[in-house]
Amino acid sequence: MVAKTIAGKTVEVNEDGFMTNPNEWTEEIAVEIAKEEGIPELTAEHWKIINFCRQAAGTSGKAPTLRQITTGTGVSTKDLFALFPKGPAKKVARIAGLGKPEGCV
Amino acid sequence: MKKLVILGAGTAGTIVANRFKRVMDLDEWQITLVDPDPIHYYQPGFLFIPFGMYTKNDVIKPKRDYISAPLTLIQSAVEEVDPVQRLVRLANKQTLSYDYLIIATGTDIHPEETPGMAEHEWGKSIHSFYTLQTSLTLNQMLHNWEGGRLVVNVVENPIKCPVAPLEFIMLADWHFHKHGKRDRVEIIYATPLPGAFTKPVASRLLGELLERKNIHVEPEFMIERVEPDAKKIVSYDEREIEYDLLVTVPLNKGAEFIARSGLGNELNYVPVDQYTLKAQAYDNIFVLGDASDAPASKAGATAHFAIDLFTENFLRYVEGHELKPYFDGHANCFIETGFGKGLMIDFNYHQEPLPGRYPLPGIGPLTLLEESEFNHWGKLMFRWMYWHILLKGMEVPLPSEMSMSGKRMV
Repeated sequence: MVAKTIAGKTVEVNEDGFMTNPNEWTEEIAVEIAKEEGIPELTAEHWKIINFCRQAAGTSGKAPTLRQITTGTGVSTKDLFALFPKGPAKKVARIAGLGKPEGCV
Repeated sequence: MKKLVILGAGTAGTIVANRFKRVMDLDEWQITLVDPDPIHYYQPGFLFIPFGMYTKNDVIKPKRDYISAPLTLIQSAVEEVDPVQRLVRLANKQTLSYDYLIIATGTDIHPEETPGMAEHEWGKSIHSFYTLQTSLTLNQMLHNWEGGRLVVNVVENPIKCPVAPLEFIMLADWHFHKHGKRDRVEIIYATPLPGAFTKPVASRLLGELLERKNIHVEPEFMIERVEPDAKKIVSYDEREIEYDLLVTVPLNKGAEFIARSGLGNELNYVPVDQYTLKAQAYDNIFVLGDASDAPASKAGATAHFAIDLFTENFLRYVEGHELKPYFDGHANCFIETGFGKGLMIDFNYHQEPLPGRYPLPGIGPLTLLEESEFNHWGKLMFRWMYWHILLKGMEVPLPSEMSMSGKRMV
């Protein structure tokens, strides 16, 4: 675990660059991490997904899976891949300041 | 007389019913199991059928051999559970009332959920090995196959027996070697995971093993569709992999009645407390085996370890005591690696699989995350243990909770 300064705020991140304390997250941090992930601008569609993930994690404490995101937001998997290219579940979890989605054993 | 209804008479349902039969006062309790299928399948055996290592008769027995009076077995599908009225409506029009309900209806494959998968090429160039029928069909296919590109694909996690696709690949590699065809076969494993397996140490060690066997892993491949005529699979990020033979692990989902009854999550698994396996929404419903959303392996070994301590906990609970948070997510699996060898992994909710020895620290005889012939024989002997000891609800001399003794930090 290392301390990292994102958008002027020092936060803890793990070896994969995921924030370890969701309470340290701010919207400014999300914008910065999104840039690192190759998303230059967060649109309203992006925020809808990010906010859903923040909410879902709030009740269960962990980042939602891809299927939980599509079921919960009504956004199709195809569109999710367009918004957060390559691995949407992982990417949005990182931007939303949540842990890495648990791989299923 | 109190009524306990168990939905599903597979591995979990049968073991728990036979445990109860041994420890409960059956003048006080009426235990009823419900299952539409009269046959009990030894599901770990499906893996061996495509390669002719097991036949159909090795993996089936009548359920009646394992469920006898005073247990009652009703052969019917479940229409709906009404958890408020405490009723189960069956497809055969019977209605059962219960004081306590155990859901043990497992998980099943749904190839129809992936476009192009279960159409005209299903059973021809597209196969699976997760049911008796698909294993038998694949056996025929492999028997006549001249070679080409074999693509093994997992559609989405979680799946039943997460190590099965790896075992299938390594057994296929061995099979083609034995039949002098390996040089004509290319093997690719397309998985939604970032590597060969979920947990870091096992993923690395298994990844290296696959590499040595000349098997290519295509990670983070989330399949969107199959193009059955062009014979290729396409991912959401538009990667394409062509195949001559596709062996897939289709989307896994819990039973439909769970959705109809409003008891499930997005994949029809019932949300439970992962340490007690009680349904989150109801105090008199428990979920054993693959049917729950507990983040443990969906595997018979997990069901067995969970049930070991469940019966005692349940009996205390119905007497008015608190449930003990007893279940640690313990799982262990033999992994067939081909050429008469196997390895084994042993892990739980918190501890990833590590190398070492099992069950006796330093001695074994089973080796963890290392190939040995003994592990392979262990896996084959396990079938006998399953039919004769496990299903009958007898105690197996293995600890239910995972132990760190004998494991090496790497």
